[in-house]
Amino acid sequence: MNRTVELRDHQRELYYFQLRLAIVGGAVLCAFFVLLVRFFYVQVIQHEYYHTLAEQNRIFIVPVVPNRGLILDRNGVVLAHNFAAYTLEITPSLVGDLEQTIMDLSGLVEITPKDRKRFQKLLEEGHDFASIPIRTRLNDEEAARFAVNNYRFPGVEINARLFRHYPNAEIASHVVGYIGRISDNDVDKLRNQGTAANYSASDYIGKVGLEQRYETELRGVTGYEHVETDANGKSVRTLRSILPVSGNNLTLALDARLQQVAEQAFGEHRGSLVAIEPSTGGVLALVSKPGFDPNLFVEGIDPQNWDALNNSPDHPLNNRALQGVYPPGSTFKPFMALTGLELGKRKPGFTISDPGYFVLSGGGGHVYRDWKAGGHGMVDLHKAIVQSCDTYFYGLAQDLGIDAIHQFIGQFGFGKFTGIDIDGEVDGLLPSQEWKQKRFQQKWFVGDTISIGVGQGYMLATPLQLAFATAILANDGRVFRPHVVRQIQDSQTDAITIIEPQPRAEIPLSTENVKRVRDAMIDVTRPGGTAAWAGLNAKYLFAGKTGTAQVIGMKGQKYEESKVNERHRDHALFIAYAPADDPKIALAILVENGGHGASTAAPIARQVLDYYLLGKEPPPPKPIAKEEEQEND
Amino acid sequence: MINRLLAYLVKHIDRYLMGLVAALLVMGLITLFSASGESFERVTGQIINICAALTIMWIAANVPLHYLSRIALPLYVVGLVLLVGVAVAGEVVNGARRWLNLGFTRIQPSELMKIAVPLLLAWYFDRYEAILKTRNFVLGAVLVIVPVLLIARQPDLGTALLVTAAGFYVLFLAGLSWKILVGLGLVGGASLPFLWSMLHDYQRQRVLTLLDPSQDPLGAGYHTIQSTIALGSGGFFGKGWLNGTQAHLDFLPERTTDFIFAVYAEEFGMVGNLVLMVLFLLVIGRGLVIAANAPTLFTRLLAGAITLTFFTYAFVNMGMVSGILPVVGVPLPLISYGGTSLVTILFGIGLLMSIHTHRRLVQT
Repeated sequence: MNRTVELRDHQRELYYFQLRLAIVGGAVLCAFFVLLVRFFYVQVIQHEYYHTLAEQNRIFIVPVVPNRGLILDRNGVVLAHNFAAYTLEITPSLVGDLEQTIMDLSGLVEITPKDRKRFQKLLEEGHDFASIPIRTRLNDEEAARFAVNNYRFPGVEINARLFRHYPNAEIASHVVGYIGRISDNDVDKLRNQGTAANYSASDYIGKVGLEQRYETELRGVTGYEHVETDANGKSVRTLRSILPVSGNNLTLALDARLQQVAEQAFGEHRGSLVAIEPSTGGVLALVSKPGFDPNLFVEGIDPQNWDALNNSPDHPLNNRALQGVYPPGSTFKPFMALTGLELGKRKPGFTISDPGYFVLSGGGGHVYRDWKAGGHGMVDLHKAIVQSCDTYFYGLAQDLGIDAIHQFIGQFGFGKFTGIDIDGEVDGLLPSQEWKQKRFQQKWFVGDTISIGVGQGYMLATPLQLAFATAILANDGRVFRPHVVRQIQDSQTDAITIIEPQPRAEIPLSTENVKRVRDAMIDVTRPGGTAAWAGLNAKYLFAGKTGTAQVIGMKGQKYEESKVNERHRDHALFIAYAPADDPKIALAILVENGGHGASTAAPIARQVLDYYLLGKEPPPPKPIAKEEEQEND
Repeated sequence: MINRLLAYLVKHIDRYLMGLVAALLVMGLITLFSASGESFERVTGQIINICAALTIMWIAANVPLHYLSRIALPLYVVGLVLLVGVAVAGEVVNGARRWLNLGFTRIQPSELMKIAVPLLLAWYFDRYEAILKTRNFVLGAVLVIVPVLLIARQPDLGTALLVTAAGFYVLFLAGLSWKILVGLGLVGGASLPFLWSMLHDYQRQRVLTLLDPSQDPLGAGYHTIQSTIALGSGGFFGKGWLNGTQAHLDFLPERTTDFIFAVYAEEFGMVGNLVLMVLFLLVIGRGLVIAANAPTLFTRLLAGAITLTFFTYAFVNMGMVSGILPVVGVPLPLISYGGTSLVTILFGIGLLMSIHTHRRLVQT
């Protein structure tokens, strides 16, 4: 029975299976028939239509340049923004006779040879299908005049484009920097980074300062429009657009008004000032005088302006704060004094008798002179700082030895990059035996050490380094990396990234020793001190130290007969922080060929501190350009 | 001697299938040469793939089927474990979690399931031959759905579709009642909103684009529009080999893999499409004949499922390229560039050959 059932079922199974196979086979044929119908419809009936489409199938991807991020000071004052302006643009592929068209256009709006050159250059770069600007920043009248005649110019159109603008012109020009045309060098760099695509169709990039350093943040992401064009290359419609992502906004630690006050305080002097907030490392002001107008660079600087800037004996393009190296002179003394105390080589009560010179013991009796011919008499550490006694520090340097100085004072950042967020910083020089051996293949002499004691000899520092070291001193040894940018605001989410002021290191210092140096520096600005005049009636505890440095010309500076006298004068230096009991600002000032620190540098510090701590405006006030008339983004 | 060796080597190779496969492979290479911008490198690479896949086909053809029925369950279990592994610790490539990194190599377990699912179902139904009850079908359906869900959430819509199809074919050929079929259709229709909510945005977009490709001509509709233009501009006789402008002007994406049919259709026209469809139909026909004559339920179901899976590949690919099906990643069998699909397909063909050439052994 079992067997019969199995046989019957087996047969039935097979029958049903084959039936179903047949059904499936039919379904397969049906499906293929559907395909065949579709093929027939597309390939035969609609062939002409698709044939034309294929012939005309030209889809171009046109990049859309993102809005560049804004740069704002700590109070929201705009330092760099974008404004829209009309540009007259030509799409070469749509224009028959290009020369004739440009000729005709110049009858309507002014087209300078410079405009033509730029147009030619962009044309050679081969963006055939895109429109190329022939004239930028048309005024309303020009725009209207063209609009009326638009019909005569197929392939020419007016577009509103964004331009970078620096409303405060020279103020903080070295900090903000500028954007400029992308050079071949830049292109190579972008290719290496793999970011060249993000620069398609744009012709500018950050060149100097924050514009350069924060290029990635400010730039944003280029968008794309997929434009369908017909057989003649005329764009028919936009099929898809990927919106560009605007660049992020930077908010600085810098106070634009303080910066302006500081720049004005320099008057006609060349030089540099760096002010740092000790508790964060935020750069409040960073001056390099003379400055320049960054707006000149935005659309490509013309040869005259370029020559004027580049060949000026004042070197306005050099960022003296980061790149100028100077002997710190007597401003080095507080650091030396602290080193002496910390390393136990000097007790506060230890006194020398200063005859006005220092004789190097055992060194063949070589004599090092004090700046004060008759000497300062009996000098202890306090008086040595207050009156800037060289003899005291000659002896201290000898007792410490160069390697101890190099090691201890190195903690204050001398001879190293501070790590500020602007490119181009130089590292100065805090010499050591090892350094001299390497550099000159020479032994270090004791005499070399003596000069270091008063910040001369091989010793070199940038104004930034001096300010950095002063801020560390003001901050009881806590080290914050100097930074100009305090916040980055995401353009999409408005999320704010704060550049955290984390202490990078902490120099272990005895509070008592710091207080001794600090008290002496306070007395520098009081009657009897070297900066007494600058400190007169200060309404806060004002700690400072004057300095004078023998001239060592900046790199590349040229000899010029008429200015020899002025340019051989000593540089004036001053470091300060205030209020000394709760430092809110620490600064370093260098006035090139300013003579003595007390007479030119210290008064600048007083103006800056008065403004920053008391809000006292220096005479004569000059209004700073604010946001009002500018359209942002 | 040599003749005898040769005869031994081809003993289990079905001549009809072999001839059709060879013809399709050659057509694939010719099209690939054009689609790849006349790259010998690409063609050589594909020839190496073909050699490897043919070897696997030969091995499959020589393995008696009762060996295969023994590995059905282990293979399925291993595949399932690997899929779970992918879900837990898979590598994410292009936003999809499809690969499992074993250290020395990367595997895509969903490919394994294309074979393992029909194999397991055929084995399972074979055990209950003649007394299949509804509960057997229910369990069978569960065995299909579990891996399919795992694959669908990777997400890999194309593979999920193919595995579902392979499983469904076995269920159908095993005699799933028409009532249930209709019921399934209704349930399927009712669960569409649920499925819709499970789809990823890009998958929804693909479905929407299918309904109206012009709504997103350069986004999800771009593939379809460009391939349809290629097809249509090819016309009845085609533009001729190496003369397809769509393919050569970079308008067509993925033109050596999933969209190679557009290149073919542009250059060889509707005439070429007819030739290709006839070859596919002959393969399918031969497969159905083998299924109809297969000795056991296991081999019958397996042969039927393999054949219909092959059909699904061909139909879905040509359907998506010509714009009547949504764009899912399914290659054109034996034509598209790529080793994985070749191995899967030729392994299936090898099984068909084995089913055919070993049938007497089973019967006696």
